[in-house]
Amino acid sequence: MKRSSKASIKTLKIDGIDVAAREHETILELAQENGIFIPTLCHVEGLSEYGGCRLCMVEIKGSNRLLPACMTTVEEGMEVVTNSEKLQSYRTMIMDMLFSERNHICSVCVSNGNCDLQYMSVKLGMTHIGVPYLNPSVPVDTSHDYFVMDHNRCILCQRCVRVCGEVEWAATKGVMGRGINTRIIHDLNQPWGDSDTCTSCGKCVNICPTGALFEKGKSAGEMVKRRDWLPYLKLMHED
Amino acid sequence: MSRTITIDPVTRIEGHSKITIQLSDDGQVEDARFHVTQFRGFEKLSEGRPFHEMPALTARVCGICPVSHLTASAKTCDALLAVTPPRTARNLRRIMNLSQIIQSHALSFFHLSSPDLVMGMDADPAKRHLFGVAQAKPQLAMDGIALRKFGQQIIELLGGKRIHPAWIVPGGVSHPLSAEDRDTILAMVPEALVQAQRTLDWYKSVFGQFSDEIRTFANFPTLFMGMVNPEGLMSMYAGKIRIVNAMGEIVADQLEPSSYQQWLAEAVEPDSYLKSPYYKPMGYPEGIFRVGPLARLNLIKACGTTRADEELAEFRGLQRGAVLSSFHYHYARLIEIIYCIERIRNLLNDPDILSDHVRAHAEPNAFEGVGMSEAPRGTLLHHYKINRDGHIEWVNMIIATGNNNLAMNKGVYQVARNFIRGEKIQEGMLNRVEAVIRTFDPCLSCSTHAFGQMPLQVQLLAPDGAVLDERFQA
Repeated sequence: MKRSSKASIKTLKIDGIDVAAREHETILELAQENGIFIPTLCHVEGLSEYGGCRLCMVEIKGSNRLLPACMTTVEEGMEVVTNSEKLQSYRTMIMDMLFSERNHICSVCVSNGNCDLQYMSVKLGMTHIGVPYLNPSVPVDTSHDYFVMDHNRCILCQRCVRVCGEVEWAATKGVMGRGINTRIIHDLNQPWGDSDTCTSCGKCVNICPTGALFEKGKSAGEMVKRRDWLPYLKLMHED
Repeated sequence: MSRTITIDPVTRIEGHSKITIQLSDDGQVEDARFHVTQFRGFEKLSEGRPFHEMPALTARVCGICPVSHLTASAKTCDALLAVTPPRTARNLRRIMNLSQIIQSHALSFFHLSSPDLVMGMDADPAKRHLFGVAQAKPQLAMDGIALRKFGQQIIELLGGKRIHPAWIVPGGVSHPLSAEDRDTILAMVPEALVQAQRTLDWYKSVFGQFSDEIRTFANFPTLFMGMVNPEGLMSMYAGKIRIVNAMGEIVADQLEPSSYQQWLAEAVEPDSYLKSPYYKPMGYPEGIFRVGPLARLNLIKACGTTRADEELAEFRGLQRGAVLSSFHYHYARLIEIIYCIERIRNLLNDPDILSDHVRAHAEPNAFEGVGMSEAPRGTLLHHYKINRDGHIEWVNMIIATGNNNLAMNKGVYQVARNFIRGEKIQEGMLNRVEAVIRTFDPCLSCSTHAFGQMPLQVQLLAPDGAVLDERFQA
């Protein structure tokens, strides 16, 4: 995503605050630069936008539908609302469904205390979930020598798929199936340990927001993801 | 007319249960049963999980004694890794396990049982609770709260939090002990010892008033099972199993925990979710045994710490052979608190305790492992089987409370027969039935972790109570 250095400046309002943006900037990027909180789980600066988690939906004056802040570029004179009762109820519903769809048991999770999903649920004030738990029977892939993929904790944000394809250029990870049956797969849906393309770089593990991807041998609460390399993602692209 | 008396729920125990007492036509107690009415399912939900998660997962079996499960589970995982954790790690685990026993014993004695002892079995139930104790014997209540806090604080200093610390991990512990925390714990020891001794002295001055209860509270010959070290001294963390009979004679010694299936079996009763383990060579139900504080004091050669051994000598004077009345679980519990405090002090004074070599790392090297430790309520066993990838395939847990199930049932029957006559029931009598259960300090949430085929009984009854049809699934 190279940007022209001669970008023109756009002026707009987010939550009533006047802000100035570079051309082609997304609402999410602009909000983050200005310290305005918009929740998101799938966005990582430096990776392509996927717009899958839908937590960053915002209201834009003049538009009768909600738009994802990570996929919507700024426009002159735009009026954006990042937090309203309607947005809160949608976000709560999304979180409810994330927790309902798989088996997220924080207390025994390797990422307990270091988890973006857990952080976001606290930040959004979740106290319970409003839909029944589906308690699906989902496999755990421990075939890899160093890493484990626990589908029970996957929220399908596809950060791993993107980092694997766009940064490591291995494209080991992919997506299979539709809707509730969607799964992250390796190569042609084979055990991770059998993958010919995986370089065991571990980027997917460290970029994963939850305990779905972790280092083998970690016990509850022990998996702290190393994220210090994330600011260099964009640089990695450009090289 | 025969009548059934039901006590539901039984109060001041950890968990949910009920007791039914069957009266015969002439109003005599015909049968009495202790039913555990709750059900968990841990053995099933562990299936498929990477085994490294098992300590944290099984610790959730219980909020009172999570450390006991952490310990037994981590030992099982050590067996799967086929490693021996570094000496410091083993000692740190010991300290946490001992702290756990102190806080749980304090909870059982002071919070749950002392109201009966202070106010008397026949006191008004509206006043017979911890707050009543705090009014009648403020010092006793304060010592109880302080001792529980002592145990909980050590757990927090070691593991970062009081309940469900994830500090004990396969291969050792997750981080070493700092000199500062060691000194903090050591500084708390003298006062805790004073509190424990003061309580024991008080108990020794009053338990004589309960001679009827001592005579009838699950007072019968059984075997006793517990862990001892190679010298026969008390061991809460590592060791092998010793079984003694009612005369205090050793029936079996240095039994390997890993071969428990050769000497221990579990029976399933139709009316309870709690299984009934028994000593296999003697069969069911003759192989009835007891575990926990009373059993441990009955089977060890000595505690191995000064003050506790002095008290043990006095305790042994209660009866020739093994001490048989379950009422004396209270007594044994207090002596064990003293032992645990002394042992913690001794372990902390070991210069190696601050070593930072506290974890052994390995891949899974064995596909089956057994871990055993002493929990507050008695011997606790975890047994896992894993596949090549380290996924749990099968789990069995034998919990201390379960080990006491046969004895608890027999105890309920004995006390009911002695204290209930005719159809008129007084609260004090019913409370004695509950109190006999309470002496065992049963933790029912722990002990009904099992899953598989639910033991279920469906009865079709005629208006006069006769059984017309029955379906049984075990």
